Amino acid sequence: MAAVHGPSSKAEPMNKATAVPYVNGIMPVMDQRIYVHALLDQFEARYSGSGGQFRYDGQAWFGSDYNKLWLKSEGTVGTNGSFGDGDHEVLYDRSISRYFDLQSGVRLDIDHGPTRAWGAIGLQGLALYFFDAEATFYFSDRGVAGRLTGSYDIFITNRLILQPQTELNFYSNSDGARGVGRGLSDIDAGLRLRYEWHRKIAPYVGITYSKMFHDNVGFRDNSDAVGSGTNFIFGIRSWF
Amino acid sequence: MVESVFPKRTSIVRRRFVTGAAALSCGAAVFPALARKATIESMVSAELPEAASSFLLNVEKIPVRVGKQHAKGVGINGSLPAPTLRWREGDTVELQVRNHLHEDTSIHWHGIRLPADMDGVPGLSFAGIPAGETFTYRFPVRQNGTYWYHSHSGGQEQAGLYGALVIDPADKPAYTADRDYVVLLSDWTNADPMDIVSNLKFDGDYYNFRQRTVGTFLHDIRKDGLMASVRDRLAWGGMNMAPTDISDVSGIIYTYLMNGRSPAKGWVGLFRPGERIRLRFINAASMTLFDVRIPGLTMQVVASDGNDVEPVPVDEFRIAPAETYDVIVQPTTDEPYTIFVQSEDRTGYARGTLATHDGLLGPIPPMDPRPLRTMADMGMGSMKNMSMTGEPKSDPMAGMDMPSHEKTTPDSQSVEQDKTVHHHAAMHDMDMSNMAGMDMGNMDMPGMSMHHSMPHEGSSSSIKEQRAVSGSPAAMPETQPAKLKTGVEVQSLAPQPQNRLGEAGDGLDGNGRRCLRYTDLRALKPWTDPREPSREIVLHLTGNMERFIWGFNGKKFSEAEPIRLMLGERVRFVLINDTMMEHPIHLHGLWSELENGQGAFQPYKHTVNVKPGERLSYLVSADTPGLWAYHCHLLYHMDTGMFRTVVVS
Repeated sequence: MAAVHGPSSKAEPMNKATAVPYVNGIMPVMDQRIYVHALLDQFEARYSGSGGQFRYDGQAWFGSDYNKLWLKSEGTVGTNGSFGDGDHEVLYDRSISRYFDLQSGVRLDIDHGPTRAWGAIGLQGLALYFFDAEATFYFSDRGVAGRLTGSYDIFITNRLILQPQTELNFYSNSDGARGVGRGLSDIDAGLRLRYEWHRKIAPYVGITYSKMFHDNVGFRDNSDAVGSGTNFIFGIRSWF
Repeated sequence: MVESVFPKRTSIVRRRFVTGAAALSCGAAVFPALARKATIESMVSAELPEAASSFLLNVEKIPVRVGKQHAKGVGINGSLPAPTLRWREGDTVELQVRNHLHEDTSIHWHGIRLPADMDGVPGLSFAGIPAGETFTYRFPVRQNGTYWYHSHSGGQEQAGLYGALVIDPADKPAYTADRDYVVLLSDWTNADPMDIVSNLKFDGDYYNFRQRTVGTFLHDIRKDGLMASVRDRLAWGGMNMAPTDISDVSGIIYTYLMNGRSPAKGWVGLFRPGERIRLRFINAASMTLFDVRIPGLTMQVVASDGNDVEPVPVDEFRIAPAETYDVIVQPTTDEPYTIFVQSEDRTGYARGTLATHDGLLGPIPPMDPRPLRTMADMGMGSMKNMSMTGEPKSDPMAGMDMPSHEKTTPDSQSVEQDKTVHHHAAMHDMDMSNMAGMDMGNMDMPGMSMHHSMPHEGSSSSIKEQRAVSGSPAAMPETQPAKLKTGVEVQSLAPQPQNRLGEAGDGLDGNGRRCLRYTDLRALKPWTDPREPSREIVLHLTGNMERFIWGFNGKKFSEAEPIRLMLGERVRFVLINDTMMEHPIHLHGLWSELENGQGAFQPYKHTVNVKPGERLSYLVSADTPGLWAYHCHLLYHMDTGMFRTVVVS
């Protein structure tokens, strides 16, 4: 499904195996294939006493063992249809160690608020003890920002998996129009219990806790405050 | 099925099922039911066909039904697995292979010594066989025994393009039998091989539903105490590895077949009490190691990879993909005997029955406990400095004789031109087949020195550093090419690789049965090339299970130079398995003489299974020129980089 034969001319690193005259240039194994995957990690409805919202968070990548085009996108839709918290990244991903990739590219904050563009550089991978971790540093003429995300899978059974997850956002300067505060701007933490009746499609239930560490100003209206505090959630995690 | 252009000779092995008793007529179970809808369940006969020297093989898509599922496989002449071919030593065989698929195909004669252009590896031997074309293989047969043949194109081997190859000896056979059966083992799935690789690239544990859970943690706490269990979890977690990692692809998608039949009924071989039955086991699976036993019968192992060995009586043996073992059994009663073949990870089994008439089925024994990897599998050396707090599950191996090689210090060079010194790992205690219950407290974990907190990692695992950390001045063979360190393609390095030839394998040692070990294999005939090797080629078997990249010396096929041998030279291959999985390493075109302590009688093999954390060696006489494939015979390890071209010139 996802494997296509990459052109061997683009094979990277340089194909040293070609030191031998292969018959008709045929390679006995194709270990430079391109793979395509996408993961929709969060696709959920959130409910609290004050209403509800919908949130998604996904990634997709396309490439070889060493070089990938990596896309990330997340956002929140309120019951009034307003799209907030939009963050979309296009990154070049390079494998640099056993478990980590170095990523660099651009981040675009596109939603109902004013658009912002950032340069991005970060690390993503599997920390020891099986923690999934991402640390990304952003920079623009408005200052710098950082994001830390982490999650961990606790196997209650081989199909029932409890996943604590956290996302922290930091900014060097506040951005009132986007509801961003200086320092630790917001936190989004969740505890999701998913059931992998199939590895690629896993429904889940859980709770999330969100908090903005500043006054909401400017564009933010009441609906955006809905997601703050504790929410009950249900959703589907899927990938291909 | 087979067009013979030569007058048929009488087959050497006499089969008596045509004499007398009607009850013994080889019933419907072993004849292809061509009148019925094609199904995998009744396709292939395990009875040996007549020997011939001329064959027409039509490679074609074949509808398959396993259980309730319908799929399309790839087979030959309407048969999946492909038909058993029987040759005679001394003949020149001619095989016309016609490709009826819509893609290229190829057939590789596994273990057969032949001219390089007849070896059937696209790119190395020839250009492959394009759709609609015919390729004629023609070569003299200069060996005898049990072999097999399979496709070397894409995922066709997974899809069913494999069959048994039996070669009658020119002289009298070393071992006679009243009956002679092929037992071809394989793993069948409806999944597309490309999807399997893709899934493993996303998640190396995709097919592993036997991972440790909160439940097993609580169970271990009750059994071993809280601290021991926590320490054990931390030890494995600190390596980002899991002791439950046995097979990359499991019974979740595989149905394990015996002669093409699923375990529901399985294959049946007929016998009369008192007869000697030769069973030619072939592992044609893509990704599965099998453990074979016939409860109630002792098996005499008489051949390995087609070459006769001194009989070894065993209750059980492990067979890695591409290996073959011939055993002789002699049932004395007329009860049915189950041939029980478990996958190494115990997620399923293949099954057959030896019975006096069709329809009799023997009892199915319970599956054995699942093996767990140990620190020995991580190349942490022997387990003797670990104290057992749990219940010892095994008695120390009594009378384990470790091979004592003659010490050689040839001018050694690895592929990477690194100077290495040939060491022989010291004899070590047997590891326990179950790590639950190990007190890790007293154990040094040299491997831990490799790990730093994120994101800084990938430091080299230097011998000096490990000595310092482990504090054991024990001989640490300096085996690692200077350039080899952990990184994208190297998840771990074995700090203390061990000689493990005297072990039967994870999950077998200490199970109370006599299990075959590589040290048991002693050739009937002494070697033909008594020269000392002129040099050594050290190859680390490396990989990263998280990224699903496999290779040698930290490099995939496409990133590495070929291995060059001089025509006529004799070299020693030293393999060091830095991974925590077995790798059956297959060298095309040349014999691998396993240095298992049997001196001049060491066995000739074509596929050598290297255990996790193991260091072993074999000798190779490069007597046939050409380009030869050299690879791990786990299909998806080969496919993702564990492959080299060997150039003999």
